[in-house]
Amino acid sequence: MLLPPPWKGRRQGKTPMQKLEFILRRLLASFVVLIGVSIMTFFIARVVPSNAAELYIGPKARPEDIERVTKQLGLDKPLPVQYVIYMNELLHGDLGLSLGTKRPVLTEISGRLPATLELLFSGMLLAVLVGIPLGVLSARWQGKPIDFAVRIISIMGVSMPAFYLGLTLQIFFFRDIHLLPLAARVSGDLRFTSPIVEKTGFFLLDSLLTHNWVAFKDVFLHLLLPTITLAAYPIGLIARMTRASMLEVLEQDYIRTARAYGIRDMVITYLYALKNAIGPSLTVIGITFAYALTGTFFVEVIFNWPGLGLFTVRSLLGLDYPAIMGITLFGAVGYVLINLIVDLLQAWIDPRISLKKS
Amino acid sequence: MSALETPSLKPETQNTRTFRHVLTVIARDPLSLVSTIVIILFILIAVFARQIAPYPLEGAGKTNVANTMLSPSWEHPFGTDKLGRDVLSRVIVGAQPALIVPIGVVLFAILIGAPLGAIAGYKGGWVDEVIMRITDLFLAFPSLLLAMAIASALGRGLGKAAFALVISWWPWYTRLVRGVTLSLKERYFVEAAQAVGVRDSVIILRHILPNTISPILVQATVDLGTVILAMGGLAFLGLGTQPPAPDWGLMVSEGRTYILTQPWIATFPGIAIFVVVLAFNLLGDTLRDIFDPRQYK
Repeated sequence: MLLPPPWKGRRQGKTPMQKLEFILRRLLASFVVLIGVSIMTFFIARVVPSNAAELYIGPKARPEDIERVTKQLGLDKPLPVQYVIYMNELLHGDLGLSLGTKRPVLTEISGRLPATLELLFSGMLLAVLVGIPLGVLSARWQGKPIDFAVRIISIMGVSMPAFYLGLTLQIFFFRDIHLLPLAARVSGDLRFTSPIVEKTGFFLLDSLLTHNWVAFKDVFLHLLLPTITLAAYPIGLIARMTRASMLEVLEQDYIRTARAYGIRDMVITYLYALKNAIGPSLTVIGITFAYALTGTFFVEVIFNWPGLGLFTVRSLLGLDYPAIMGITLFGAVGYVLINLIVDLLQAWIDPRISLKKS
Repeated sequence: MSALETPSLKPETQNTRTFRHVLTVIARDPLSLVSTIVIILFILIAVFARQIAPYPLEGAGKTNVANTMLSPSWEHPFGTDKLGRDVLSRVIVGAQPALIVPIGVVLFAILIGAPLGAIAGYKGGWVDEVIMRITDLFLAFPSLLLAMAIASALGRGLGKAAFALVISWWPWYTRLVRGVTLSLKERYFVEAAQAVGVRDSVIILRHILPNTISPILVQATVDLGTVILAMGGLAFLGLGTQPPAPDWGLMVSEGRTYILTQPWIATFPGIAIFVVVLAFNLLGDTLRDIFDPRQYK
């Protein structure tokens, strides 16, 4: 074998010490960003509104309530003191009470999280499984009709508003061909026929673990349309990015060398080239998570999906200010964590990334 | 002295990237040409909405109880909604908040973001550090989430939603312009200006910023699609335009209840958003190929 296969390629010297240092530095950076995030949410929650106390009580605020909440939130104190009070509450997991449900915002969020995560993960999984092959195909046949088709598909994907795509899919798959359910996470009568025993909160996983095949099928069918709706935008982004980085890699000398050795085209494209092109795609997948996170808000409204998004929209409509601020903070923290994971993954996958930088 | 000064101070221009060149490429590529025409057409419709709309009063929100839920016909090509208003007129009038406002949002984001980016990139040091760390704060949030939070802190309304979007979008331009400025700083025309003692503020205004216009334009074209989607999203969630005024996102939200029986109410405004965003993205793609053929994202 003249040319070592890529998986046996020599890793460039990265000592465990260097790796540890990189991870620690990256963790520290994320921590700093999190402090920044808390300052931003503090400003939006307490400083930007002209009547923060009123927002925290709701539309029917009485003067004595306003006075009480002003005291409680420390709104009459200087900003740094207010921030300390705010942070103290945050660190104790106290995001306040939801005006809509009168229950702690944190409980509301964590209770709805599995439904949203199930949707988010399946959407992102679909986006990766469709987006990356589309991008590779497009780059492999650059300038050919298939490339053109993929470019058009991916641009259409990033141009379609999720809230409109969802409605269109409902019209077609539910009303016209009666193939898929209209909305919700499970059928209404499922809890009488074969109820799901909740273990993880991920219904697909729960029904699988308990061998509840009737429920599994039901959950799967309900998950399809929301997943497709959510995945449309990420598919477009991932396909475009994969195409771009594949094109760059396919021009490299070592690919030409591999071709000269007569290695099969499939092997070159999918092993040698894709391996080196996957890095930038990973970054995009990280960014896409953010889009998908806000995307779930619209998808959940359209499909009446009982997750965080539906709760967010209800809170927005009901002026449930503590809930909105809790969700904002939660979303931002999630985003920071995803970026951290992507960075660490990328450094792990791609030995060329300098650990010194960033 | 002046003989030395004049040529060296002139900002460099690349012949291949002139306005005429851009027009030629767009004219030769059918997709870009169609996109450009679609964009111009929609902007004209938005500007002259009251003159074009067949029922301008209904477009603005006047109800007409006699005509509720009519399916599309010659009289009402897009049908009527649950309050009997002509959907076509509402799509036309709704183009103002849905299309013109996002253009304004991107303009303001550039006006705030670009100078800050140029200052950060040109000055370097602690100025750069401070500006970029503030930028990072804003970029630590998913843009739409930040806009939603700010919009709900300010209260509902089109102007407030637009303001919230500006606040969450300017950092992207700061980052972009800073990057461009860093490479411009090394070029001879900037060094020459520094050598003859031109003030920093003049260098940034006259020599750096004009040269960042092409990358900004490319970015803005693509961003417009995203901002129109975001604006539509905010309107859909009830944070933007308030009823009875029309707005594409709001109309989709209003028509959602009747999607299985009277689909036209939500469909036409939905298609309007899709077509406009598609046009901006297609055009943005072509522009990106012209200005930076290597970086096709």
